[in-house]
Amino acid sequence: MDKLIVDKLNLYYGANHALRDIGMAIPAREVTALIGPSGCGKSTFLRTLNRMNDLVEGCRIEGKVTLDGEDIYAEETDVSVLRKRVGMVFQKPTPFAMSVYDNIAFGPRTHGIRARVKLDAIIEKSLRDAAIWDEIKDRLNENALSLSGGQQQRMCIARALAVSPEVLLMDEPTSALDPISTSRIEDLVAELKKEYTIVIVTHNMQQAARISDRTAFFFLGEMIEYDATEKIFSLPDDKRTENYITGRFG
Amino acid sequence: MKTMMRGFEGIKPLSLALRACVLAAAVATVSIIFFIVGYIVVMGVPNITPEIFAWRYDSVNVSLVPALINTAIMTALSLLISAPLGIFAAVYMTEYARRGNRLVPLVRLAAETLAGIPSIVYGLFGMLCFVMTLGWGYSLLAGAFTMAVMILPVIMRTTEEALIAVPDSYREGSFGLGAGRLRTVFSIVLPPAVPGILAGIILCIGRVVGETAALIFTAGTVAKIPDSAFSSVRTLSVHMYSLSSEGLHVDQAYATAVVLLILVIVINMSSVALAKRITEGKCG
Ligand SMILES: Nc1ncnc2c1ncn2[C@@H]1O[C@H](COP(=O)(O)OP(=O)(O)O)[C@@H](O)[C@H]1O
Ligand SMILES: [Mg+2]
Repeated sequence: MDKLIVDKLNLYYGANHALRDIGMAIPAREVTALIGPSGCGKSTFLRTLNRMNDLVEGCRIEGKVTLDGEDIYAEETDVSVLRKRVGMVFQKPTPFAMSVYDNIAFGPRTHGIRARVKLDAIIEKSLRDAAIWDEIKDRLNENALSLSGGQQQRMCIARALAVSPEVLLMDEPTSALDPISTSRIEDLVAELKKEYTIVIVTHNMQQAARISDRTAFFFLGEMIEYDATEKIFSLPDDKRTENYITGRFG
Repeated sequence: MKTMMRGFEGIKPLSLALRACVLAAAVATVSIIFFIVGYIVVMGVPNITPEIFAWRYDSVNVSLVPALINTAIMTALSLLISAPLGIFAAVYMTEYARRGNRLVPLVRLAAETLAGIPSIVYGLFGMLCFVMTLGWGYSLLAGAFTMAVMILPVIMRTTEEALIAVPDSYREGSFGLGAGRLRTVFSIVLPPAVPGILAGIILCIGRVVGETAALIFTAGTVAKIPDSAFSSVRTLSVHMYSLSSEGLHVDQAYATAVVLLILVIVINMSSVALAKRITEGKCG
């Protein structure tokens, strides 16, 4: 079952043609990794999946992206609902300058949940799902900025989970973290894919190989190859993919 | 002598000269401040008598109480007019206007220019516009509007800077959760900017409290607590100016200066405390 289908997607930042004719089908409840040298458009592509590029001035998009068969760029699409269904975790943790509790409650409150009991339950569940409940259950009233980097990132994952998304987009979520925090988040991804569809950008090849079911290789704004992860890492079809995963460039 | 020479050998003459300049500047600044404050205190404190705190002013007691109250009203009123305007204008310019908007740099330039204009020019403008054309006369209202116009660009610029200092990751994080622009601005971007905005407001309070020329032309010099918005009022600074220019009550002018000094210190300290409470309250 394909959750997201991308068809003939072209994206321009002004005159810069950043994504060229991308087509791919992202299956539900699997981890899809996007790899490729930096500047090849991985982040840009990821952000087209929940329309975060709408905020970038001079950005123009052609083509089609569907979520469960609905065109997300259609005029009647409610972007707020789309971003609730397709959540995002950024490269650097993005805690807001408020308590851990308020950080996580922000999403549910945005979508109309006000009752304290309900919020308490959501916050506990999201923190448990993000494997950080035991560490910070006594620190919910502390400023989120006082957490460590790894904790901040898992809190941000919890914050994204709190609005019960269907898809989770992660843009190099471990690139700013130490190895222990990184392996925690990798374990977490393996756990989360039981419930969520995950698309993760990573520049770390081992990470892609470890945690993903399918891998797409991007190069200079094009998607060169997209296949089962074992296939990409053992028998890639394209010479450029092979060069990249064997470390010959990028 | 020899050891001293050796001590200086390692240091380049230029850096030695710079160090001396820095030290001299610091000493000069501190001693100037101490001298002024000390002078005012020495001249003023002996003249702080019960009479100058009488409820009503007359030419015998030379009370500063009406002026003190007028200062509070004037400051509050001008902030009430300009703070919402300035803050919302800044929010529009940083959060809503598109990057390519031609109006924004123009408004910014205008604000910067306006912030540098001498206050007497605002006084003249206020007199022509509010006092005469609108027919408000020398009044609290005309004074407050003039002050509001004068501090508006300062509030706008400081708020803008405070908003720009909020990292874009806050905005992205918020939009990424499906929040709209309004919710993002008011729940996520504004709270961490509050200390910066308050710093701008403190600056403006200082401007209004210290203003004389522009207020003499617009609010007049009547030393009474106003009956209405159209009563003429004198603030503490204007009171001081009047006393010393008349030359009859120089002692009381010094006493007034002490009160003014205390007022400014109290305002600054309470604003800092307020900023602290607000930012900490956000995390409770
Ligand atoms: N906000 C933006 N405005 C203009 N150009 C951008 C913007 N973001 C990215 N780009 C350009 O798009 C291309 C792809 O960038 P990006 O998606 O960030 O690559 P990656 O995430 O693979 O490193 C780069 O050439 C980059 O300069
Ligand atoms: Mg990137």
